[in-house]
Amino acid sequence: MSLTAKDYATSQEVRWCPGCGDYAILKSVQTMLAKTEAVKENTVFVSGIGCAARFPYYIDTYGFHTIHGRAPAIATGLKLANPDLDVWVVTGDGDGLSIGGNHLMHALRRNVGLKILLFNNEIYGLTKGQYSPTSRVGTRSPSSPTGSVDSPVSPGHFALGSGAKFYARAIDTDKVGMADVLEQAQAFGGASITEIFQNCIVYNEDVFASFTDRKSAASTQLHLHHGEPMLFGVDKSEGIRFNPETFSLEVVNAKESPDEVLVHDQGNAVIARLLVDLHMPTALGVIYKQPAQRFEDAFYAHHPSRMERTKSIGDFIRGPNPWTVK
Amino acid sequence: MSNNKDVESIVVRLAGDSGDGIQLMGSQFAVSTALSGADFATFPDYPAEIRAPAGTTFGVSAYQINLGSGSITTAGDAPDVLVAFNPAALKVSLPRLNRGALVILNNDGFTARNLTKAGYEADPRENGDLSDFQVVAADIGRLNLEAVRQFGLSKSEGGLCKNFWALGVLLWMFDRELAPVEAWINRRLDNHPNMAAANVAALHAGHAYGETAELKAALPQLSIDAAEMPAGEYRSITGAEAMALGIAAAGELADRQVMFCSYPITPASPLLHRLTRLGELGVGTFQAEDEIAAICAAIGASYGGMIGVTSSSGPGIALKTEAMGLAVSAELPLVIVNWQRGGPSTGLPTKTEQSDLYQAVYGRNADTPIPVISASTAGDCFHAAIEAVRIALRHMTPVIVLADGYLSNAAEPWLIPDVSSIPPIEHRPVPERDADKTPQRQAFERDPETLGRNWITPGHADLMHRIGGLEKDIETGHISYDPANHQAMTDLRQAKVDKVADFIQDQTVETGEPTGRLVVVGWGSTYGPIYQATSRTGVSMVHLRHLNPMPKNLGALLAGFDKVLVPEMNNGQLVTLLRDQFDIQPISLTKVSGQPFMISELVERIEAELAA
Repeated sequence: MSLTAKDYATSQEVRWCPGCGDYAILKSVQTMLAKTEAVKENTVFVSGIGCAARFPYYIDTYGFHTIHGRAPAIATGLKLANPDLDVWVVTGDGDGLSIGGNHLMHALRRNVGLKILLFNNEIYGLTKGQYSPTSRVGTRSPSSPTGSVDSPVSPGHFALGSGAKFYARAIDTDKVGMADVLEQAQAFGGASITEIFQNCIVYNEDVFASFTDRKSAASTQLHLHHGEPMLFGVDKSEGIRFNPETFSLEVVNAKESPDEVLVHDQGNAVIARLLVDLHMPTALGVIYKQPAQRFEDAFYAHHPSRMERTKSIGDFIRGPNPWTVK
Repeated sequence: MSNNKDVESIVVRLAGDSGDGIQLMGSQFAVSTALSGADFATFPDYPAEIRAPAGTTFGVSAYQINLGSGSITTAGDAPDVLVAFNPAALKVSLPRLNRGALVILNNDGFTARNLTKAGYEADPRENGDLSDFQVVAADIGRLNLEAVRQFGLSKSEGGLCKNFWALGVLLWMFDRELAPVEAWINRRLDNHPNMAAANVAALHAGHAYGETAELKAALPQLSIDAAEMPAGEYRSITGAEAMALGIAAAGELADRQVMFCSYPITPASPLLHRLTRLGELGVGTFQAEDEIAAICAAIGASYGGMIGVTSSSGPGIALKTEAMGLAVSAELPLVIVNWQRGGPSTGLPTKTEQSDLYQAVYGRNADTPIPVISASTAGDCFHAAIEAVRIALRHMTPVIVLADGYLSNAAEPWLIPDVSSIPPIEHRPVPERDADKTPQRQAFERDPETLGRNWITPGHADLMHRIGGLEKDIETGHISYDPANHQAMTDLRQAKVDKVADFIQDQTVETGEPTGRLVVVGWGSTYGPIYQATSRTGVSMVHLRHLNPMPKNLGALLAGFDKVLVPEMNNGQLVTLLRDQFDIQPISLTKVSGQPFMISELVERIEAELAA
């Protein structure tokens, strides 16, 4: 009997706003768990605070809803205690890049085996609509009525700059794209970070519409697949090439110059950084993937007894120079 | 002090620039003292800067040790022997010295420039400042360089050996073996055989200086008899070492691995360093990116089934506060060790204080009770750590251990405990799946005796459930915003901490009668001076291990005394706690100078209270 998404649902009533992009993400994650036959007891969802952080209550695995921004740190401790667990971290742009930016950075650079889902909606939802660290300059919100003035952080550059070995992107309602990145994230050993463009219909509706609108998707979305040419547009007539004069990516007519179209290499860190900045089309899928030793594996390998108790306290308690009083 | 006199207790103080190797010299002298069988207590007193400006009074690093054949519990009030490497070290130490003390000075440190830096207008060796003392002024710098010349070191490298030259003099004075120190030097400088040889040569040269120089008359030959200590095997131990061993022992007693997660901070870091060497006891250490990550990783480890432990000092503990609330709400075991230091803010990083008691007992948002215990001596840190883990696992709660900077660094002889006689640490087994209940409910089923919930860790089939910081239903464990439920959960969290008192022993008097005119009540590292002061004055002493909750009989015990005197290295925090719990009016004696209490100041106050 094959598993379905429903096998991974809990009895809890889902409490996001009607129409929230989180519903679609939840469905995609449950579908991925079913498809990959994830062992429930060996799977843990850890979250911080925010709308996204309610996620663990709705998935029938182990789950820990923690405190604001600290989920990567708690998940790191959990992985040290039990490296065999599949640990997912669910965070948002505020939780992961503002209050918890430090922990996210260190989880990525250590390459802790965490599957991090960053729900980016460029706004604070649960606190009722303030601008976030990914909000664009000029975002009007209750805390910035005349428009925000601070420059946003790029999640992709943050991740790659922190040393992430896996960075991917997907749109909340794009089932195919979500399935692709989630399955690759599931299979990846080290720290993976998947940025999900999540539509907050209450406080920041359609902020990603310029590239998520299905009607124009063919010409605004570049879906990346390892080893395949970077093609997009109706009939895949357009491609992406590297311009060595400007050191940037640009659109090229794929029919006229097929040889100039770049073939996606997930291990290319330089092209990955250029793809992060590509705006029209927007790069989606696994942008960068470079397997490396997981932190928890290095930790155990480096530990004198792989965390086993191979000696007794009696072997240490006497110190180097004990003496006897008669 | 006359020559060849057997003295019962003697206080030695070593002082110099923070780059002079004073702490190293002191700790080696302490090891040598331990091996001689004498009882002792030490007080490393050093500046926050790693290499404070040379020659200044605020850059003075000192190491005080009290050794003797009687019972020694403090580092001593007034030094009988001072070794001062420069004028600043002399100036800082002079007001503390016993009249008639032996003062050994390094002439080469008494340059005009150093005298000015120390604020001396005239040379104290000549202006009568030292007329009450026996002064031995030796060219330590020069004699040391001569001793190490054969090794071809630079002048600055050679100069580094002078602490061992001076240690050689001390070892001769106290009739000690050189071999253990030599062995230590050779181990420590394994990769630098030339430096090792030079230090050994300096040690021998200092020793020979003491033995053969014409100053024989000025340098008394002292011999401290072995102290009359209970029979058994002893070692020298610092609080950090004892805490590390206690944490590892607790893991063994509970048959669980330990994950220690911390971020470096003075004076807590020595515990991290010690635990890194205990890996084979199933102990892991994780240096986190900050204090918050450290406690969060420890919580994650506890969630995963290990014993999560974190440690810091007051400012770092403040950062961990929110996560402590999470551990309370999620009902996970956790141990938080606070090596208190002077504050507020960065305060006095290397000086000791007991001023985080309010923080530990009251210092969280909402009604968030956490059991709090304290360690009173270096060796006691071992037992405090075990007690903390025992409470954490029995009641499924975070536990705070209050230690302090003095305990972290101070060394004392320690009767090595028989670990096999310590009862194992119990924790709730993972339950079988009960088809009549949801796993969520099973995870929050509590032992009625302890109110500890089931510790179900990820990886157990059919018991998947969710935990978190949101309020949960007292029965089902699901999220609940129900008003009556929040009242019930708040009451339950308090009741759980109150339950700890069901398992702790009645408070007894440490010394003196169980009723009487005056009892001195203390906690933590004031144990030593309070013990000496109460023993000398014959009044009673009560020293608290458990600060929250307190032993059930404490109120009645204290009510049996006319007066309750509470000395603390803060502005009266235990007094507040006692007033909060019991209908008594304690007398507060406070000291926040960054220095431990002196026995004499306690004796003085006790006598004044008895006379009043």
